[in-house]
Amino acid sequence: MAEQIIFVILAVLTIGSALAVVTNRNLFRSALALMVTFLGVAGFYVLLEAGFLAASQLLVYIGAISILIIFAIMMTRRMMQTSEASFNAQWGLGLFAAMVVLVILGFVIGNYWPLAPADMFLQTRTPVSDAVIENSVVELGKAIVSPNAFVLPFELASILLLAALIGSIVVAWPPQEENEA
Amino acid sequence: MEFLKSLVELTLFDYLRQVWGNAAWVEVVLDIIGVVVVSTFCLLVVVFLIWLERKVIARIQDRIGPNRVGGKYGLLQTVADVLKLLSKESFTPADADKPAYNAAPFLIVISALLMWAVLPFAPGVVGVDLNIGLFYILSVSSISVVSLLLAGWGSNNKYALLGAFRSVAQLVSYEVPMILSLVVPILLARSMSTQDIIGAQLVAPFMFVVPLSAIIFFISSLAETGRTPFDLLEAESEIVAGFHTEYSGMKFGMFFLAEFMSTLFMSGLFAVVYWGGWSLPILNMILSLFGVTPIDLSVIAFGRLIGLVVFFVKMFAVYFVYIWIRGTLPRVRVDQLLNFNWKFLVPLTLVLVLVVAVVDKLIPAEMGVLGRAAIHLMTNLLIGFGTIEVLRQSARRKRLLVEEVETAVSHHDDHGHGDHGHDDHGDHAMHGADVVAAH
Amino acid sequence: MLSDWQFIAIFVVLAPIFPAAPVILNYVLGPKKPNPIKQETYECGIETIGSSWIQFKVQYYIYALVFVVFDIEAVFLFPIAAAYGQLGLFAVMETVLFIFLLAVGLLYAWGRGVLEWV
Repeated sequence: MAEQIIFVILAVLTIGSALAVVTNRNLFRSALALMVTFLGVAGFYVLLEAGFLAASQLLVYIGAISILIIFAIMMTRRMMQTSEASFNAQWGLGLFAAMVVLVILGFVIGNYWPLAPADMFLQTRTPVSDAVIENSVVELGKAIVSPNAFVLPFELASILLLAALIGSIVVAWPPQEENEA
Repeated sequence: MEFLKSLVELTLFDYLRQVWGNAAWVEVVLDIIGVVVVSTFCLLVVVFLIWLERKVIARIQDRIGPNRVGGKYGLLQTVADVLKLLSKESFTPADADKPAYNAAPFLIVISALLMWAVLPFAPGVVGVDLNIGLFYILSVSSISVVSLLLAGWGSNNKYALLGAFRSVAQLVSYEVPMILSLVVPILLARSMSTQDIIGAQLVAPFMFVVPLSAIIFFISSLAETGRTPFDLLEAESEIVAGFHTEYSGMKFGMFFLAEFMSTLFMSGLFAVVYWGGWSLPILNMILSLFGVTPIDLSVIAFGRLIGLVVFFVKMFAVYFVYIWIRGTLPRVRVDQLLNFNWKFLVPLTLVLVLVVAVVDKLIPAEMGVLGRAAIHLMTNLLIGFGTIEVLRQSARRKRLLVEEVETAVSHHDDHGHGDHGHDDHGDHAMHGADVVAAH
Repeated sequence: MLSDWQFIAIFVVLAPIFPAAPVILNYVLGPKKPNPIKQETYECGIETIGSSWIQFKVQYYIYALVFVVFDIEAVFLFPIAAAYGQLGLFAVMETVLFIFLLAVGLLYAWGRGVLEWV
């Protein structure tokens, strides 16, 4: 029962702060609200007994991505103009993208519905034994580098990161000639 | 009587579980007691830490230090300081962004407190032994970066914002070698849990197995806690007080508190990860060399109490080194700070992780713990000496370059351009640049 | 296990009390005499000119970006390190390749002079 209450609190926190991200007129405040959203998601991971993912969410999304977003905001010229409209010309496109995601999520959840046939409200997930969870990080580590599991995505991730790094340097950094002059 | 005995043996929770039974509320109450004990300890120990730091720094600088309030040794000096902070006016600058400004001191203390949840004080005495212990510590400590940004941005002060940005650049930069250097002990212990890491050091502390990793961790923990020589977070002479320029009273006190708490925590973490925490790895190493069974504090009588004492001795010894460094080294410049990280520490740590990973796989499985440790130590020393040699070479190259420029310049001078006066400097510089380019 | 995280959850709920207590005590005990001069933004004695929320240089962004890349790398390395005892030589080679690719990124940034603080 306690789990359900915590879930509802986390859900309100996450959705509320997500709404604040898109409605807030101040970009910096939007970024802060986004951090709260990430925190809520980390809470969901904990409820799902995925401690490692929760900590990764904190470390990567709050500790790194949010900082990156804030630095990007501070780099732009008119970032602190609070009069900035919160909707721009592309809102229709945005709505369309959101709808597509919603439909996909609906399909995914529909496939697994109903989640647990009996006693839906009190038990929303299949219980996993403590030993499995205790060992989950080791299993994750093995899966990442196992040829039968995720080794390809793992190596692709490093190439993606490399491309992101080089790409953003090329975009953000002045060309080499200028630099030397 | 039983109660007192369990208190001394540090088995109070087991005793209470016996008395109260197995109901769900028992664990909740025990958790609350644990949280209150750990947090209160953290808050109170800072009072002592500040006194200790002032006293030690004073002795290093050939002064006496606090010696008036509370007897000959000024023991109550910090208490007086806290009372003074409490009696200050607590106000928010008119132009500040109030929610952000007021949230920042809370957030920084919370993140400094939460880290203590997984630090083991003695065998079985730990808030909670998470299976992702070290990773949890890193992720919680990364929240403090957010609070710096909140403080800097919320103050709406140019010094504060500039200070916050510098601090964040420093903290995120040094987080990289810190995280990567912690991969090495995890790799050796095959676990992220803090208790398992201590268990893996029963006969050989990681300080002697992978000293390079320990040194890198120590340096980056200095930078992460913003201590000298990396105290650019509050470079008084440049940006007033950095991100907390606008704070006064207890809100300022909270930043101070968080800094000391996280410094002590880093000392504790260093003691746990590289010195074996509450165990006695050096004594055990000697014992096992003579073929005696190592002492395991988690099974002997009063082992928890002994473990607690051992851990505190180690933690404060490391803390003393922090103070010592503060009393010895001057502050570095911001470019030196960042260059040292990205062009030295990060590449070195990457090499270290790679080499330790490969060597660990190549060591035959039948070698004992000490044998493995010896091989790791050798490779670490090799990398260390290699690094020093590379640094020496590059420093020599740079020095030769500078010397050649200088001789060229003075040569230039000898051949009578003295009366050119002002233009001369530009000439020299250009000539010097040509010499550099030629090499 | 959720019972483990119960301690963390209780800690998260209780932790704000510990900084709140001294700050509230300070608010209660301290004097309350606000005046406009006192509440001005601190600078060198004159009124501050313009907004503090100005444009910052691109350098900070690049550092944050390199940090993000290595942070994510570490997230992958941690479980691999924890599972290291059960990994074969193939997995080790994979890890080496992974670290090597990111080291290339660092070297590229270094070579372009991005890591130079100006």
